[in-house]
Amino acid sequence: MRDSYKLTKIKDFFAMFFSHRMGKWGFIIFCFFIFIALFAPLLRTVAPDASGDVSRILQSPDKISWLGTDDLARDIWSQVIYGSRVSLTIGFVTAFITVISGTFVGIVAGFKGGKVDEILMRIVDFFMMLPHLPLMIVLAAVMGASIWNIVIVISIVSWPSTARLVRSQVLSLKESAFVEAARCLGAGDATMMTKEILPNVIPVMFAQAVLMVTETIYSESVLSFLGLGDPTKISWGTMLHFCFESGAMSRSPWWVFPPVICIVALIISFSFLGTSISDILTPGYKETMGY
Amino acid sequence: MGINYIVKKLIASLLTLFAITFVNFAIFRLAPGDPVRMMFRDPRISIETIEKMRVEYGLDKPMVGQYFSYMKNLCKGDLGISFWQKKPVEEVIAERIPRTLLLIGTSLIIAVILGTLLGAIAGWKGGSKTDSAIMSISMTLYSVPSFAFGILLMLAFAYHLAIFPLGGIETPASGYHGFRKAMDVAHHMVLPAFSIVLWYIGQYIIITRSSMKEVLSQPYIMTARSKGVREKKILTRHALRNAFLPLITITGVNIAFMTGGIIEAETVFSWPGLGRLFYDAVMKRDYPLLQGCFLVFSVAVIVLNFVVDIIYGKVDPRVKIGGKAADA
Repeated sequence: MRDSYKLTKIKDFFAMFFSHRMGKWGFIIFCFFIFIALFAPLLRTVAPDASGDVSRILQSPDKISWLGTDDLARDIWSQVIYGSRVSLTIGFVTAFITVISGTFVGIVAGFKGGKVDEILMRIVDFFMMLPHLPLMIVLAAVMGASIWNIVIVISIVSWPSTARLVRSQVLSLKESAFVEAARCLGAGDATMMTKEILPNVIPVMFAQAVLMVTETIYSESVLSFLGLGDPTKISWGTMLHFCFESGAMSRSPWWVFPPVICIVALIISFSFLGTSISDILTPGYKETMGY
Repeated sequence: MGINYIVKKLIASLLTLFAITFVNFAIFRLAPGDPVRMMFRDPRISIETIEKMRVEYGLDKPMVGQYFSYMKNLCKGDLGISFWQKKPVEEVIAERIPRTLLLIGTSLIIAVILGTLLGAIAGWKGGSKTDSAIMSISMTLYSVPSFAFGILLMLAFAYHLAIFPLGGIETPASGYHGFRKAMDVAHHMVLPAFSIVLWYIGQYIIITRSSMKEVLSQPYIMTARSKGVREKKILTRHALRNAFLPLITITGVNIAFMTGGIIEAETVFSWPGLGRLFYDAVMKRDYPLLQGCFLVFSVAVIVLNFVVDIIYGKVDPRVKIGGKAADA
């Protein structure tokens, strides 16, 4: 009985999602990038980091290099294709880490209350007050350039907003009847947090995860543009960094536009997804849309 | 607004400030690896030289002793010597601050004015085509990193159309004075300021629109309408004024976030301010300078947050009442 109810809910969700114009377009663009990332080895022409013939330095787009080459005669098309892997991997892994850790802190702070809550929220406030990009730059510069360090750096800066959001949800859930009922039945703190509270914050976690992917892809592109990206794994930001530093930007628009367009398209697709999901999760949307 | 409110905020800010100096100390010392080795990533440096550097920077002393000497120097305003510029870090930074303030101040004013205007229009015409057009544009603008705007603007207006300079703050060795110099600086500022404005403006539009919509649904707007007050007057006298409030908060909340736009735009356009200095410090692996820049950014954010809190307390009547209740 309960399962069939859930099924219609999920079906409803997708029906609403695809009738939402932003949701539909966000999803299409997102699928496009997932496709490119998954099939990168088939779509590439040459290895993205393979230096080509010296005579083909800064070659404009032609039959061999569809999008031209950079100052080391590397193929732009292959770099762009592989760049999607870096952005998506960092985006998903970081979003996963921040949402899980933020939710953990949020649930504990909101549920325990009192001194625990106060201490945890002070830490959250402190992190939220630090200037984000400067902190990320300093951490990345000190820790050294690698994909995992970038994941760690962005996670350190982004978990507090999830913690605060989840905490506010938990505060209202704590007062609800079913939590009270569980308490009366003698459920311990750990049971209540995992069995009663957690399932009810999952929609918020989901919406927050989409937002976090957006912010992470954004931050990764900025950090790599500033020269803090992993030099062995070329991302779109790293491409722009090399282009900017080489001084060949004006002569080689084919080197500039593909990564810029990809960064912007991927970020926009995620913010569209996020907007549509938060619209759908807003109480009252279902009624106005006639579901 | 009671004195209690101000004191409370002040103490909180000072505590944060203290915590930041600690973070700033810790990041550079507790990081994996040897700081001296990281500063000079050259395998040819001999072990003796590294040892000498360690003694020179006091890195051979125990951590607690290092922390106290760091705090002592900080209180004297001594941030160490920049490797790259071979000058005291505080001197290098002091020279850059006014340029960054000029750029961020200009961009912020333009973004707030244009953003509120467009947001108010969107909220006023809620649900119309104008509304949805403004909203989708502002959402798109908000998603694009300001360095991407910067690069595109640079390609279009500096390289191809050549109507604006490629970067810098003034024409080198121009010998301009007075008004001509001001115009020259303004000319150089157009593109970097524009790339920041494009990035900031989205959030102002979104926030003004939503608070405008909220204000318009309030009973006093209905009262004004039923009294026969003209629509234009309702907009300017009643709605706009109240829709302004959240703007102050959002500026406060987003200050920590906004530092990003400055670093990106200054880097792209070689605007010789703090943001570009940050980038150069990263590129040159100049750790004392990097540490100094981070400290200045953090302190600026805390001070601005404090100021915004105070302004908000003055403007929002609800804080006043809350403050008085707390006083009693």
